Amino acid sequence: MILTDFTIAGASEALRDKTFSARELTQAHIDAVEKLNPRLNAFITFTPDLAARQADAADAAIAAGKAGPLAGIPLAIKDLFCTEGVRTTAGSKILENFVPPYESTVSANLLRDGAVFLGKANLDEFAMGSSNMTSAFGVVENPWKRRHSDAALVPGGSSGGSAAAVSARIAMGATGTDTGGSIRQPAAFCGLAGIKPTYGRCSRWGVVAFASSLDQPGPFARTVRDCAILLSSMAGFDAKDSTSVNLPVPDFEAACHRGVKGLRIGVPLEYRNDNMPAEIETLWRRGLGWLRDSGAEIVDVSLPHTKYGLATYYIVAPAEASSNLARYDGVRFGLRQEGGHDLTDLYETTRAAGFGAEVKRRIMIGTYVLSAGYYDAYYLRAQKIRALILRDFTDAFAKVDALLTPTAPSAAFAQGEKMDDPVAMYLNDIFTVPASMAGVPAMSVPAGLDAQGLPLGLQVIGRPYDEETVFAVAQVMEDAAGFSACPSVIAGGRA
Amino acid sequence: MSLDSATIRRIAKLARIRVEEGDVASLQDELNGILGWIEQLSEVDVEGVTPLTGGAQIALRLREDVVTDGNIPERILANAPDRVGEFFTVPKVVE
Repeated sequence: MILTDFTIAGASEALRDKTFSARELTQAHIDAVEKLNPRLNAFITFTPDLAARQADAADAAIAAGKAGPLAGIPLAIKDLFCTEGVRTTAGSKILENFVPPYESTVSANLLRDGAVFLGKANLDEFAMGSSNMTSAFGVVENPWKRRHSDAALVPGGSSGGSAAAVSARIAMGATGTDTGGSIRQPAAFCGLAGIKPTYGRCSRWGVVAFASSLDQPGPFARTVRDCAILLSSMAGFDAKDSTSVNLPVPDFEAACHRGVKGLRIGVPLEYRNDNMPAEIETLWRRGLGWLRDSGAEIVDVSLPHTKYGLATYYIVAPAEASSNLARYDGVRFGLRQEGGHDLTDLYETTRAAGFGAEVKRRIMIGTYVLSAGYYDAYYLRAQKIRALILRDFTDAFAKVDALLTPTAPSAAFAQGEKMDDPVAMYLNDIFTVPASMAGVPAMSVPAGLDAQGLPLGLQVIGRPYDEETVFAVAQVMEDAAGFSACPSVIAGGRA
Repeated sequence: MSLDSATIRRIAKLARIRVEEGDVASLQDELNGILGWIEQLSEVDVEGVTPLTGGAQIALRLREDVVTDGNIPERILANAPDRVGEFFTVPKVVE
């Protein structure tokens, strides 16, 4: 069997059985990155030497019987997680040469458990985007192709490099972050499982901040079970993040096998609209059928304010971003562009040179909605609507155990599409943003292919801190879907 | 409500982002497109609703107000674009 084809669960077992070594497994992935990354551009920074050393350490730990749960598993780390001594760019020119003197809590947790880091995965600049087109380090190619077409498609965003790497099997899993859909939408576009856990489940410490009340780390993998394994390692209380939740981390892997018998699954009627492509509507119905056949009861629910989720998001997220990104001023770290004669010139020219167009747009929107005279009309109103969105979810979860919706309104689109109108790009996140606004866990699972042969995902949304039910539902979906299609660009060279 | 070019320049100034004169018109179009779409929120009745400020549905923790780290100037200055000794530098601000 080709080493890059293994799941994380399968590889861990094989490593323990000494079927192959961690060094061999990592080398297979290093070779695959060297071969495919020049085309995919999934990694901004590739760290093969570091990965080889970590793999050797994993082999030593396995030999000593002290292997952690992720010993020897090669991963891609979204380049938004600070990694000690390894450049961390956030996809921005302004952090082009930033080398963190510390390790993010989530990546430190993965290292504690023995993981191997192949490098830092490409992303939309400061995680602002749905296509990976805004990265200062170039676009990422989706490994999937439309039938009879060689057009380069986007992997989704913002965690586009993470998704492309796992999909092309040049990494076994990856970290992502999700602010409005940045794990779930790329997971759907690349035929992967990806979960945004409950806000507070994974520490944000050491993750470059975009919108702090929404940002949440989570994993990508090719199976639901692998996501559960990764999340078990990434999650946990961290005193260094004031919003980290002090609850025990459940056994997510065990939860995958619970089944859905007796669960009530809600169908939010407002997610159904006239513009929904027939294929997505059909896939959604099929997904509900799988859950019904497995013993769940399907219940209609109403989330009346979800239709305002996206517009609310585009006040709250830019407002928080404008505040968070104020730190990039050319003084303490990051790019400095000498501007002329005074400090204000230094700030203005540094920020003009260091930020890309989408980041500038969002900072300016955020600055405007927080400015004197407009705060109440925009920001305060958005916070109130956010409370109504949360209330909708709370009401729905009084009646049902989880919700099922499509993940995205379309399959992956071509590079360059939807670039003329920022709002057209924003609409990609219409189904993912409401769960972000409410802080509840949500997972995308590959559920089928569209007429052009591209993967489509369905989204399972759960109660706060109840990722276990999300995993249980997602596993039933995965088993029923039997999703076995492969992308065109894949390690090992098959199509 | 639509932003005029003077407002675009004012926002850019507040955001400390230099915007060239030739870019004002396109920024104005883009921001007005986004804000026009956001206008739909004005139809929502928010009377008496308590604003939701954070993502977590739990009370924020407090901790002792004490120093928890320090004495790491080299680590803090390691990424400084310019430094003199143990100080960050900025352009001269006092004549």
